[in-house]
Parts: sequence; structure tokens; C-alpha cells
Amino acid sequence: MFIVFVACAVLAPWLAPMNPYDLAQIDIMASELPPFWIDGSDPAYRMGTDAQGRDLLSTILYGARVSLIIGFGAVALQALLGVVFGLMAGYLGGRIDAFLMRLADIQLSFSTLMVAIVVGALVKAIFGGATFSAYAVPLLVLIIGLAEWPQYARTVRASVLAEKGKEYVDAARTMGLPSQRIMFRHILPNTLSPIFVISTVQVANAIISEAALSFLGLGMPETHPSLGSLIKSGFDYIQSGSWWITLIPGAVLVVLVLVINLLGDWLRDVLNPRLYKG
Amino acid sequence: MSLLEVNNLDVRFALRRGDVKALRDVSFTLDRGERLGIVGESGAGKSVAAFSLLNLIAKPGYIAGGSIRFDGQELNGMSDRALRRIRGNRISMIFQDPMMTLNPVLSIGEQMIECLKAHRRIGRREARAIALRKLEQVHIPSPEARLDQYPHELSGGMRQRVIIAIALLLDPDIIIADEPTTALDVTIQAEIMDLLLELCDKHNVGLILITHDLGVVSQVTQRMLVMYAGRVIEQGPTREIINDPQHPYTQGLMNALPQMATPGSRLNQIPGSMPSLDNLPSGCAFHPRCGFASRPDGSERAECRTRVPEFVASGNCQVACHMVAEMLDQQRIPAEETTR
Amino acid sequence: MTATATLARPAAAAADTSRPLLEIRGLEKRFSLSGDFLEQLKFKGGKLVREQVYVHAINGVDLEIQRGEALCVVGESGCGKSTVARTVMGLLHPTAGEIHYDGQRIDNLSTQALMPYRRRMQMIFQNPYASLNPRMTIQQTLEEPIRLHHPDWDRQQVRDKVDEVMASVGIAADWGKRYGHEFSGGQRQRIAIARALAVDPEFIVADEPISALDVSIQAQVLNLLMDARQERNLTYLFITHDLAVVEHFGTRVAVMYLGRVCEVAPTATLFATPRHPYTQALMSAIPRLEDDRPQHIRLEGEVPTPVHLPSGCVFHARCPHANARCRQEVPELIARDDGSRVACHGVEEGRIQ
Repeated sequence: MFIVFVACAVLAPWLAPMNPYDLAQIDIMASELPPFWIDGSDPAYRMGTDAQGRDLLSTILYGARVSLIIGFGAVALQALLGVVFGLMAGYLGGRIDAFLMRLADIQLSFSTLMVAIVVGALVKAIFGGATFSAYAVPLLVLIIGLAEWPQYARTVRASVLAEKGKEYVDAARTMGLPSQRIMFRHILPNTLSPIFVISTVQVANAIISEAALSFLGLGMPETHPSLGSLIKSGFDYIQSGSWWITLIPGAVLVVLVLVINLLGDWLRDVLNPRLYKG
Repeated sequence: MSLLEVNNLDVRFALRRGDVKALRDVSFTLDRGERLGIVGESGAGKSVAAFSLLNLIAKPGYIAGGSIRFDGQELNGMSDRALRRIRGNRISMIFQDPMMTLNPVLSIGEQMIECLKAHRRIGRREARAIALRKLEQVHIPSPEARLDQYPHELSGGMRQRVIIAIALLLDPDIIIADEPTTALDVTIQAEIMDLLLELCDKHNVGLILITHDLGVVSQVTQRMLVMYAGRVIEQGPTREIINDPQHPYTQGLMNALPQMATPGSRLNQIPGSMPSLDNLPSGCAFHPRCGFASRPDGSERAECRTRVPEFVASGNCQVACHMVAEMLDQQRIPAEETTR
Repeated sequence: MTATATLARPAAAAADTSRPLLEIRGLEKRFSLSGDFLEQLKFKGGKLVREQVYVHAINGVDLEIQRGEALCVVGESGCGKSTVARTVMGLLHPTAGEIHYDGQRIDNLSTQALMPYRRRMQMIFQNPYASLNPRMTIQQTLEEPIRLHHPDWDRQQVRDKVDEVMASVGIAADWGKRYGHEFSGGQRQRIAIARALAVDPEFIVADEPISALDVSIQAQVLNLLMDARQERNLTYLFITHDLAVVEHFGTRVAVMYLGRVCEVAPTATLFATPRHPYTQALMSAIPRLEDDRPQHIRLEGEVPTPVHLPSGCVFHARCPHANARCRQEVPELIARDDGSRVACHGVEEGRIQ
């Protein structure tokens, strides 16, 4: 199921009947057409069209791609920061630990959305809407990534502390291995399974955050819609009867998040550390 | 008739890939006031034997056969309700880790009173008096104060004394002690062992002591069982087995002890390790590690590989070994000829 | 790294054999129980006071180990014997005192400067289930120290070395591809010993290496350690609580109680004539196989916690011979004619035989 989603998203340019980014293909006259099972639909647009006359199916496919890119990108960034900080905090301890963990506390006390809104709004104000639109994807990755690293750092730190007390770490230390090598070669591999599990949850979270930001108008611009901005752009038309513009991408978003969460559960079972007990 | 009679006890663990036989054909008896030791290495089944007596083995373990007669009653197949009246009341248990047995959020007195009230219809005050008397019996200094203390306020040795006091609460006939001193230091261990000895003598309580430590068994018990891979391989009076072990495994175990060798010399090790229960060798489970699986003249004793040895009597001991059986046979024939 | 490693070798070759290989002087180690700064602040009598509570794991330990010796440190749980081992190996930093290895003070060296000593001293741990990295194969586990200390070796040299140590501890060569959790406790301890021997150390610190093993397996591992000692001319610091093992394995014994050494003696001397009252009590408590065991010496009371150390002799509260001097004055280790050293006022005064 997840693979189907990813495949659809990756293959969007080939699967989609039209390219929503290509202005030449958009026919403003064909706007707000309903999906195929409702009267007045156009067979060329199976899922109907949105307010600008873009084919909804194509837009969703492209949108899912944007959402997934942001989701994975943000999680990769979070994981990188979180793992490095978590390892350092857990292994080196002392002041570094105290500093990093207080930093994490501060970070966690702001909600992700708030940070994102502030940063997003600032960037938009300083560099202008055009620049913001051009760099929207990396910027969102950065915002969501920076806002959520403490989740990783805490999990990693906790498992590092547990592993650090074990004798194989002492053995590595008495060998004279440098700290970096002990951290990355000995401790990190033994903390990977919780990292994988929270990763899936975090991907879902990042996608939702992105959708929420886009919904608030601080996410993807409407010319390159993600699922969130699609929902947002459709929201204005829900009163006028064109409910599908909002609801169909909404449903897709829900299913996507659900699939990722199920994947997380499955991973948790597969990576069960009990398998490593002798 | 003995107080406790265990006959042909079979215990299995139902695993997905099939049943694992944790205990096979285990039989022993215990008289009132007798002290019995069960010795073996980890995986030999000694704890399983103790737990199965009160049907306390956790799923997926189950008793597949045999009988456990206690004071004329059959315990195997008894309802949980009826068993609970015997558990703790007439047979009580002491475990290795005192912290696991004591509830950390209840005071010592609270736990003892609760245990008493669960089994007997008595008032709080009366229960407290009994608890106090039991703490005195295990020589806890200032027992009155201890009643209101919590487990973490006591040292390891004191905790184990409290456990023993709880085990004694209902004046049981048998105490089963599973490695009661393994977690303790030697000086404390010696005190606890003395205490157990004293209590057994004074109150005529039977003791089943499960341990891996031959020294402890030798100090405390009158009779002992040696277990290997789920079977009893040798049993008899403790002194006789310690002084003159018959089974090659018991001999190997004794000879492997550092105190049996001249300091600095190589120890007599038993090669290999205990087989896992789901992959036991055929015949005698010890034969791949046994130095006597072939005769002194070099010929192989095939039955070690093919047939599970039965018990033969050697002195007052019972030994399950083909080699010992063969030697006894050889001795008997010339002996019979001379009497003729 | 190469430079320091080569530097160390001539130093080892020119080693003075009369000098002790390891010398511990006045070693102290305490651990703070009070948490971080904020948790140390307490209200006392209306004032905010910073209060710190310490566990005194070792207080003033002097030991030396000669080349080729097997010094056993015995004591009950909490006496600080493992802390001594871990401090010697540099896993803990001493609060006070010095550790000298082959004449060179090592407790204040930088990680870089310590590297040559890391090769010469190795450690074997108690728990064979935790001392192997569960995500590394046996081959990787054994190759790691060799690669680290011989960065100039090529792949084949490293492999040959691994094969050699595996053979010397009785591990089949095909175990290399497997992971630690596939083996039993005794087999894992063999692998851990192989890891320690892989860099050809001269000094091994073994912290209760056989306590977690079954009797028949204990004998195998103990034999292995003794063989290694003979073949490689190793020096051991052997931590254990099992006096039977000490009698068999050790050339000299140090008995510890509450973070202090109360008696050091050649093994035979200690077992024949234990002097210190604590040693005597300890020896009488070993469960013996023989029938005619002398009644063991009952010790009064409990081991005091190392948080509030008793004044004077640490053992005085439980000692049947304690007098006023024992309660006030800390006894020093005093050498005796038979080669033992005892820290006891009673023995010094001749009150205790």
C-alpha cells in the first residue's frame, strides 16, 4: 500500500493525465467540474477539476509527491540532527548533555506549527512571496526538520544511556577506540530500531504539519500544490457545492498518513529487539 | 509413607515448533523434617522441578504426566482453588532474588499480615503478633521496628531473612528454596544457611534446596539429587555422593571445582556444554561429553548412544549410567561365585 | 598513532623487571549521589545550602603488581574491588591518588598518550552476555582492536592474527561470521578473552570473569586463563568474590573491605594463616565440601554503607576484637615477616593471633 503511494507519487509525471504545473494545459473554462460519478462531469477529468481548471487526479498525484518529499526530507533532517545531538548528549554526558537537553526542552515547548508560522512568515516578509514560492520545498523541510529534532534526540539519548552502561561499550573504551567511533560504530547500530519506528510516525507528522501550514497559507504555493494546499484552495469552494476539491485530497491525506503509521507498527514488530536476545 | 512423593514427573513446554521436554521421569521423596538438595547447572531443570510441584510453571509449560502426592493427596490435576490452600500454607517457597518477592510499596508488616489473613481467619492484632514472632525466629534484630519498614530499607541479608519469616508464617510442612543465597555474599550466605538448618531442625520442616553450589548442598542437606538435561542422573545420601560420586557427570562437576585441584594446576574440566533441551543427544544425554562412553580397552559402549540408562543401586545411591551398571555387574558375578 | 605505538615498544623492551608493573598509590574514588547543581540546593535552617552526598567506593588503596603475578582482589559486594579494576583501566577517573604502569603515571594521560598502554593492558568483563556488541560479527569484534592498534597491517595480516587468537582460545574458525547472541555464556567469554588477547597484551584486568558461568564452564574458562598466562607470560589483576578460585588461580591476594585493603599476602600464606579478623571470617564462611567444617565466625551487624564511612578502622563495627583505638585510628598496612601486609591494630599489637 505504501509502495503504491510512493510509486504513484514518484511516477506522477507519467501517470497523471495532465501536468498541473503546465499553464498551457489548464483550461480555465473547465474549472470546478465534478468527479466522474456526478452529472455534468467531463470524462477527460476523472476526478473533476479545481477552481483553476486543473485536473484533480493529476494535481493529487503531484501533490502527494510534494507532500512525501517534504515529509521524508524533514524527517531525514530531524533524524540527522536528533541522532547526532542525542548521541552526543547521551554518550558525552555532563554539560553537553545538560545544554542539549535544555535546548530540546525549549524547542519542544514551542509547538512545531508556531515555529513554522513565525519562520515562514518572516521569510515571506523579508524575501517576498516570489522567493518564498521558489524555495518553498527546502524551506518547509528546514522548518519542520528544525522544529522536531528533539523527538529524536530524546529517544536516542535514552537508548544511548541504556547501551552505554553495557560492558561491550566499556570493552571498546578499554581498547582505546576514539569516542566518535564508539558512538557511531558501537552504540548507534544498537539504537536503530527505535529510530526507525519513530521515523515512520514523524513522516506522518511532517506531512500533516506541512498540510496544516499550507492550509494556513504558509506552505506550498498554489501553483505547485501539495495535498495541504489543495485542501486549502478547495476549502473556499466547499460552500458553493464544489466539495470534491477539498474532500478528495483530504481523504488521500488521511489514507496516506494511516498507511505510514501502519508501516511503523509493522516495523516495530519486525525490528523487535527480542530477536537479538540470545 | 513419605510426606512428599514425586513419581515419574514429566514437564513439557509447548512451543510452536513442538514440545520441549523440560523434565523427564523425575522421581523423589521427602520425609518430614528432611533436607533434600537438587543440584545442577543452568538448564538442568532443577527450578522447573521445584515450580512444577505446586503447579507454578508458567505457560507454555505444563505437567505432561506423573504424580505428586503430598500428605496422601494428589497435587497433579488438583483444582487451582485447592492448590492455593496448600501453596504458601503447607508448602512455601523462597526465591533467589528477595527484591522480586517483596512488594516495594508495602511495609514488611503489611505484607506478612496480608499473607496471614489470606489463609486464616484472624484479626489484625493477632496477625501482627504472629508476624512479630516469626521475625524473632529468623533472628532479625529489633523486629518490632522492622514491621513498619519497607523492603528497600533493609540490606540483602535482612531481606532474605524476612522472606524466610514470610515462608514460615503459616507453619508449612515443606519449604522449597530456589537458590536462596546465590545473590548474597559469602558471610551472609553462611548465616542464612545456618538459619535454614536451625529452623528445619526446630520445627521439623522439610526443605528442598535448589542450588548449583555443591558446597552449599554438602553443608545443608541430608540427601541430594543431581540433575542433567531434565533428568535425575544420581541420587542418594549427600555425604556418600560428595565423598564418592558415581556418575561421570557428578564426578566431572566435583573435579571441576578449584578446591579439588592443587593450586595452580589445570582444573579437570568437562568438555563441551549442556545440550539445549530441544536438541538432546540420543541415549544418555551426557554421552557426548562423557569420558566413559568408551570402555578402558577402547571399545565403544554402544548403549550410551542408543538407550537411556536406568537407575542402578550402588551402595545407598541410585545412579543412571551404563558404565556404572556394567561395573556393578562385573563385581557381582565374582562375588556370587565365591559365596557358592 | 603509528609513531606512539612504535615509541612504546623500545620502552617495553627496556623494561626494568625489578620495578612493579602496576603501582596504585593512595587511590580514592567517590561518586556523587546528589545529581546536578539544582538538585544539590537544599534548605537548611532557613538558608539555601549546597549539599553533596558521596559514595566512597574506594578510599586509599595501595597495591602493586609485579610482572608475572596473578594478584587476586577479593571482597564482598560493595567493597570497591570492581571500582579498582575500572579505575586502573581508565574507565573511571580517580578522585585522588596515582596509578603507575611500568614506571609511568597513567591516570592523568590524554587519550592519545594512553594509546600504547591501551594495547599493553586489556580487560575481561563479568557478563559475557553484555560484553559483545550484538550488532557485530565475531570476526568484526576481533578485528577491531587489531586494526586500531596496528593501522599499518594489511587485511591478510589482520586475518591471520584473528585466526591465531581464535585457535588459541579454542574457537572454531567458522564462528567468525556469526553474532554473539548465537553462543552460550562460556563460548562468549572465550570470544571476549580472544578479543583481549588479540593485541598481545602483557597485563590483563579480569573483573569477575567466571562468576556468571556454570561450574563445568568455569573450569574451562579458568583453565584457558591459566594457559594464556603461561604461554604469553601475562600478569593478571583478577577480581572475584570466590575464595576457592583465588586459592587456585592467584599468586597473591588482596582482601578488600569497604573501599580499603585490609590484608595482602601470598596466596598460600593467606590461606594457611589469615591474619585480619575480616579475612578470617570470610574464609570460615566458604561452604566446604568436607564434612568436618569448623563453625564459621559470625560477624555482628551489617556492612556499613559507603556513604557514611565509620571512623577509624572500617571494620570495627563488626569486629569481635575491636577496642577504642580501632574506633578512632585508621590502621595502615604493616608488613610482616611472612611476606603479608595487614591493616589491623590488633594484629600489630599482637592481640590477635
